[in-house]
Amino acid sequence: MSNVPALTKPRVAKKLATEERTLRNGLKVIAIRKPGVPLVELRLRLPALSTKANRPAQVSLLADSMLTGAGRLDRAGLAAAIQGLGGDLSVGADADRILIGGNVLATEFGGLLELLARVLTGATYADGEVETERDRLVENLAIARSRASVIASEALAHRMWGDHPYALDLPTPERVATTTATQVRKLHEDVVKPTGATLVLVGDLAPAKMIDLVATAFRRWQGTSVRGRVPGLPAPAPGLPLLVVDRPGSVQSSVRLARPAIPRSNPKSPALQLANLAFGGYFSSRWTENIREDKGYTYGPHSRLDHHQLGSMLVLDAEVATEVTAPALLETFYELGRIAALPVTAEELESVRQYAIGTLALSTATQAGLASTLSMLSAFGLGLDWIAEHPKRLQALSVEDVSAAAADFFGPAGFTGVVVGDADSIVSPLRSLAQVELAAG
Amino acid sequence: MPAKTRSKSPKLPSPSFSLTHHTLANGLRVVVAPDRSAPVVGVAVLYDVGFRSEPEGRTGFAHLFEHLMFQGSATLEKLEHFRYVQSSGGTFNGSTHFDYTNYFEALPSNALERGLFLEADRMRSPRITAENLANQLEVVKNEIRVNVMNRPYGGFPWIYLPSVLFDTFANSHNGYGGFEDLESATVEDAADFFDVYYAPSNAVLAVVGDLDVEETLGLVEKHFGTIRKRPKPKRPSFAEPALKAERRAQHHDPHAPLPAVAIGYRIPDPVTKLDKHLANLLLAEVLSDGDASRLQRRLVQRDHLVVDVSAYLGEFGDPFDERNPSTLTITAHYPDADTLEAILGAIDEELSRIAEDGLLPGELDRVRTRLVSVLLRELDAVISRTLEFAKFELIFGRAELIAELPSLLALVTEDEVRAAAAALRPDRRAVLELVTGGESE
Repeated sequence: MSNVPALTKPRVAKKLATEERTLRNGLKVIAIRKPGVPLVELRLRLPALSTKANRPAQVSLLADSMLTGAGRLDRAGLAAAIQGLGGDLSVGADADRILIGGNVLATEFGGLLELLARVLTGATYADGEVETERDRLVENLAIARSRASVIASEALAHRMWGDHPYALDLPTPERVATTTATQVRKLHEDVVKPTGATLVLVGDLAPAKMIDLVATAFRRWQGTSVRGRVPGLPAPAPGLPLLVVDRPGSVQSSVRLARPAIPRSNPKSPALQLANLAFGGYFSSRWTENIREDKGYTYGPHSRLDHHQLGSMLVLDAEVATEVTAPALLETFYELGRIAALPVTAEELESVRQYAIGTLALSTATQAGLASTLSMLSAFGLGLDWIAEHPKRLQALSVEDVSAAAADFFGPAGFTGVVVGDADSIVSPLRSLAQVELAAG
Repeated sequence: MPAKTRSKSPKLPSPSFSLTHHTLANGLRVVVAPDRSAPVVGVAVLYDVGFRSEPEGRTGFAHLFEHLMFQGSATLEKLEHFRYVQSSGGTFNGSTHFDYTNYFEALPSNALERGLFLEADRMRSPRITAENLANQLEVVKNEIRVNVMNRPYGGFPWIYLPSVLFDTFANSHNGYGGFEDLESATVEDAADFFDVYYAPSNAVLAVVGDLDVEETLGLVEKHFGTIRKRPKPKRPSFAEPALKAERRAQHHDPHAPLPAVAIGYRIPDPVTKLDKHLANLLLAEVLSDGDASRLQRRLVQRDHLVVDVSAYLGEFGDPFDERNPSTLTITAHYPDADTLEAILGAIDEELSRIAEDGLLPGELDRVRTRLVSVLLRELDAVISRTLEFAKFELIFGRAELIAELPSLLALVTEDEVRAAAAALRPDRRAVLELVTGGESE
């Protein structure tokens, strides 16, 4: 360490001007002035969790069709109007929500809001456009499901959650094929409503001015979304064998291990965050240094905490060369057992603590990064305060705290496992390590 | 409620940056740009060597060498580079391109000197051993497996299209490299490569963010100034003349569910013919940016021939990433393999319509406004700005050019875009058809 320059005194980030207001139509708006580039970022989050079997297909098709016309603007007319403002809008959906994202030149922000208001109150979903998007969605699903990583995450979700809505990552082509424009229009009526939705705005404009512009542009958008009851996540069945999904000819195996975790609001969450970094959540982690930098089994293993509306998960993924699938799993079990059974070192703790604090600052140092982070946090009732105070929570953690979280969550027996790969090559070696079940072809 | 017709498009904002240039006695070019809005800094070093400079029999060597630059250096053991960056709260990466290779860190500003030290230490001498080479050979093979061999559409078209569009080994070979070539690389090859191409005179250093210019230049001198001066290697011309006859080839993809096509055209020198390059850039946006674009309307919405279509400059989709030669590429995925000729015919028709009938009222302005907005958005993150300054300094000789792009784009006329479209004739294109199933060659 002798010749490596020491860190100098950290500089504190400037406090950003912010305002939060719930409009008369029930929409919650969070606006932050962040100079940098003369743009504004927006994220509109619409809750859409449902147990209905048709929901994944309908909500995906709704997302793909929402911008194909609104009011008197046809598809190309709407796109041209948005583009002329230097703007962009896009719509995505998952099991929890519909998310409309966008950005625009700050001088044209009001214009983009007027166009978005037309979409929210008058998206057309013309039969022909919905049919075009339906056919494209079926093809895009085929492309997605040709990827080993998608096959693996679908198999894992099904293995963990059974029949719960979270078990289905993507809609089935059969459901999509029978979804109609009428159903999509009805779904828009049911869930694209201001009450319960959250709009995050980050950009180079005064917060109050941004919110005033929203209040004017969205004045005709009214209503509360229709929400059904959704059961909590079931506990995954314990002790399931490792599931192998055959993908003949794969030169790598996609290894996935996962288990339930805890939400950010849980007092133990910061300790688990750091334990996860130390295990496999950043490059200098034990798992990466072992199976990449020492053994060369993989380009990059990653472990992460996924937070969803109904629950959180600890997920490990690695794409490993076919011929070393079993040795890579052996090293993974070894590192899981080691971090669960033995304490982390003080040096490891300091490293992951600084990394967590530093990367939170980096990821929220851009308009787009801050907007996306705040929109995601809003789903859990957290906001700018959480970002500001999180470094203090991390600073307070001891080696004992982080080691205890590792012991609670990283024991190998607690994980559900899936491997997607060339079954002929990998099943036999894997059987020497674990109980293996071959997925029905 | 018809859209208010705009009498004129928005005023294009121009970013302004305070840039300081300096060249050290050993030839290292330095660009420093302060921005005190957030306590973060970016450090980037670009070396003027990419895939095109690889010798025959050593495909993929520039990228393999990039990995070796992370394996320890003059005073640091293996793994220490990663640990010093991450335990400072920062992130790092590197990437190899056709014409250059970059290395960079995003850091809290109190780690500025540490970041400079880390880059200087490996510019002085990377620690290249047989053990590290063997380890990173396996890592790189796994990178190629995950990104290319085990993935549908992996490496399509950037790995395969150059072999059809270009003739010389420099321009046409696989930049990721064949396994046989990678496996025959030696420690001596690496030492020679470093000696020739990693001279300080062949590199640009950019430092951007929460810093003081004079203090930073002092730190740069302190850490980089003592690195031995070596001659700057002469970069040969890689230029190739325009094609005179159409070329066709097929690529078999064992995992892809839908056929795809990539159509490549050689385009004028981006550096010496920047006006023509910007006309091509605007043409690419007219062709495929958003639902109002020519090819989206024709191929996706009207004819239902393709699932998606995209036109872009530069092999990796960055229009300013390459010197001569550079490429305009059009790609599409489509469900019916028998419709390739219809797709090519429709693209030719749309190009002819632009060349002969010109653009619609407002079409060029809206596309230009959006493009400027996109360019600005990409500059928001300090590390992106750092990399862009370094890249423009290396490729175009002027980091300042970034700030001038909005006003240069404003000068591009409709006639220049028409002329760009007229140049994309069938006899000047290379067509690479992706065929589903079968073994990759």
